[in-house]
Amino acid sequence: MFRNTYDSDNTVFSPQGRLHQVEYALEAVKQGSAAVGLRSKTHAILLALKRSTGELASYQQKMYRIDDHVGIAIAGLTSDARVLSNFMRQQAMSSRMVFNRPIPVNRLVSSIADKAQVNTQEYGRRPYGVGFLVIGGDKTGPHLYEFSPSGNSYEYYAMSIGARSQSAKTYLEKHYESFMDCNLEELIRHGLHALRETLQQDKELTINNTSIGIIGPVGAHEKTAHPDGPFRILEGEDIEVYLKSMTPKESAEGAPGTTTAADAPAGQTGPPPPTGDDDVQMAD
Amino acid sequence: MTHITLTLCTNGQVITRIHLQKEYNELRTSVLALKFKDGIMMAADTLASYGSLARFKSIQRLQPVGSSTVIGASGDMSDFQYIQTLLDELTVEEFTAGDHHELGPAEIHEYLSRVMYARRSKMNPLWNSILVGGVKDGKSFLAYVDLLGTTYSASTLATGYGAYIALPLLRKAVEGREHELTEEEARKIMEESMKVLFYRDARSLNKFQIATVKESGVTISDPIILETAWGFAEGIRGYGAQTQ
Amino acid sequence: MAYIGLEVGGICQQGSGELWVRNSSAKRNSNCSEYVNRTAIGLRVKDGIVLAVEKIIHSKLLVPGANRRIQSVDRHIGMATSGFLADGRHLGNRARDEASNFRETFRMPPPLKDVVSRLSMYVQAYTLYSSVRPFGVSTIIGSVDKDGPQLYIIEPSGIAYGYHGAAVGKGRQLAKTEIEKLKLVEMSSREAVIEAARIIYLVHDDAKEKDFELEMSWIGDETNGLHLPVPKELHAEAEEKAKSALETFD
Repeated sequence: MFRNTYDSDNTVFSPQGRLHQVEYALEAVKQGSAAVGLRSKTHAILLALKRSTGELASYQQKMYRIDDHVGIAIAGLTSDARVLSNFMRQQAMSSRMVFNRPIPVNRLVSSIADKAQVNTQEYGRRPYGVGFLVIGGDKTGPHLYEFSPSGNSYEYYAMSIGARSQSAKTYLEKHYESFMDCNLEELIRHGLHALRETLQQDKELTINNTSIGIIGPVGAHEKTAHPDGPFRILEGEDIEVYLKSMTPKESAEGAPGTTTAADAPAGQTGPPPPTGDDDVQMAD
Repeated sequence: MTHITLTLCTNGQVITRIHLQKEYNELRTSVLALKFKDGIMMAADTLASYGSLARFKSIQRLQPVGSSTVIGASGDMSDFQYIQTLLDELTVEEFTAGDHHELGPAEIHEYLSRVMYARRSKMNPLWNSILVGGVKDGKSFLAYVDLLGTTYSASTLATGYGAYIALPLLRKAVEGREHELTEEEARKIMEESMKVLFYRDARSLNKFQIATVKESGVTISDPIILETAWGFAEGIRGYGAQTQ
Repeated sequence: MAYIGLEVGGICQQGSGELWVRNSSAKRNSNCSEYVNRTAIGLRVKDGIVLAVEKIIHSKLLVPGANRRIQSVDRHIGMATSGFLADGRHLGNRARDEASNFRETFRMPPPLKDVVSRLSMYVQAYTLYSSVRPFGVSTIIGSVDKDGPQLYIIEPSGIAYGYHGAAVGKGRQLAKTEIEKLKLVEMSSREAVIEAARIIYLVHDDAKEKDFELEMSWIGDETNGLHLPVPKELHAEAEEKAKSALETFD
């Protein structure tokens, strides 16, 4: 049942000062399909890979709107994500109600991180099994944050989470310095290239399995012209134009191979890294 | 003591009646505020009355909140002090967040209106009329909120007796010229209005402060004492001890 | 591993009576992971307090200067933690609640010793029950209050002592040795900023560890009694001096 001496029902320090339960929760995030986020001076975007359990099933939703100025992409347990995103929506609405102010994105992310921390310390609870990428726009510009079940949150220029996200991360680390000055179309192309790295050998990005979330001014290919650039999710035929703009994989220079093993932090004896899509019932 | 009655009329409308006896310290007199070229200006005298007694003569009724907002209050003095501590707690909270998302005048006003409305809905209102003004991100803001949670925004505002006596003067001097008025002109208008109020309002004092909010921040003046002449009153029947 | 059965609840007592808490969760501070803070130091000097932390940059995709690790507890109180980041935030939230509660009750800025005594009792309570694990953080908390500059360390066991100079986390031994050499009571806050930067640079192990970012804050006459980040220019100057001091040190 337990893989480790310190796997009791309560989160306990190991003699090395680690919290194994929390580390397993981080593994749950890696079971989910990948999501990528990146930002420029004007935009913050999310891209996610949707899974379906088969021909008869629809694709699982990977992105949620929290407020006009905030959106999230998830990896891990969808049900946990719904609990947390519901909480985020309440926080966002409360800020608008009490102060007539869109909630500062950093405070919104901290509020769920603080919630997650409690689950790593108290008996009778388990850590959340889901990770978020959060994009938002406020007075200080566009932002991208990562939230994880350990109760940590960080702000990034670009980040990826979920299955084989290390490959996407490698792409992002190679190109992130150019993101700042990208226009929306270039930024999405970079995002799609990064997301593509997380695919299995025989799979590709299609209008059915890809979601794009955007915050920032309306792009050249967008039909709905809301000038304020609130959070919106593009799916289906709307994203065809972006998929077509991608550089074909064979010619993509120095595309790094899939290196899932590197996902695990050094020196950790976690479960084996996910190898395929066969774990769909617990993931999204 | 105060009590409130709610009466349901035949047409379905609810009428709130507020019965009030003045057995407490009160900021009886008006707060005036106007918009000018560079921001907003607010004025209030320094009197807190106890019934008709001028009990405290150097009470500050203008209060800065954060670095871009000022509020001015009429009404119950202890309720206003409570509101000040609420806002102080709020500004500490905002400070400790340390993320450059400071609350501006619009946010403070929204917050106060929620507090006031929540309290009136519990039949336990905070007995004040408050003006909130400030400048943030190049936009000046001026609005009113009272014990019922009613809100109102205009380029000239006044509470209490000033809403009857001073507001017409302010409107005449300011409306349509909000973007031309200099700080000096605005100050002149304020002083003149405060003077008229002092002559007309028996619960006022000839000592007041002026708060100015511009993009650069909030300044609250030292108390200003008005020169007034009462010689004309000698000939008025009903003034002073009656001889006949 | 004879103590495993006892330690299921997170805490047990050794023969000596010392709580295991101190061994196990304090150890967290010296582990290498992106989820922890490393060395944190605090200096109490003539006219103020300076806090500094060594912030590990676990990814180059992190936005520099964002993700601040030193927290404000009140206008005049600052706090730096070493250990689990998330636990540090939990403790920060609690400290803010305690400070705000004190203000509400007494209508005055809370003196640091009151905040520390309340906060350390909270930390201690997490060592008492099998239903919770202890906090995996050591806290340095500093303030300039009505009695002048104050500086405390709160350990995961709930122990809290006042200090002139404080160091917690991985590089604390070396940092303490360096702090002991300083004449803290004669030092100005400005000088203390320079020294704090030098010490953080010194204890950072370039060979073994990832890149780091120095984060500093101060409280004192220079800041009108507020807890604020050290201004950019002074921060840059301190970093410059720290780097050149390191070269001569080698």
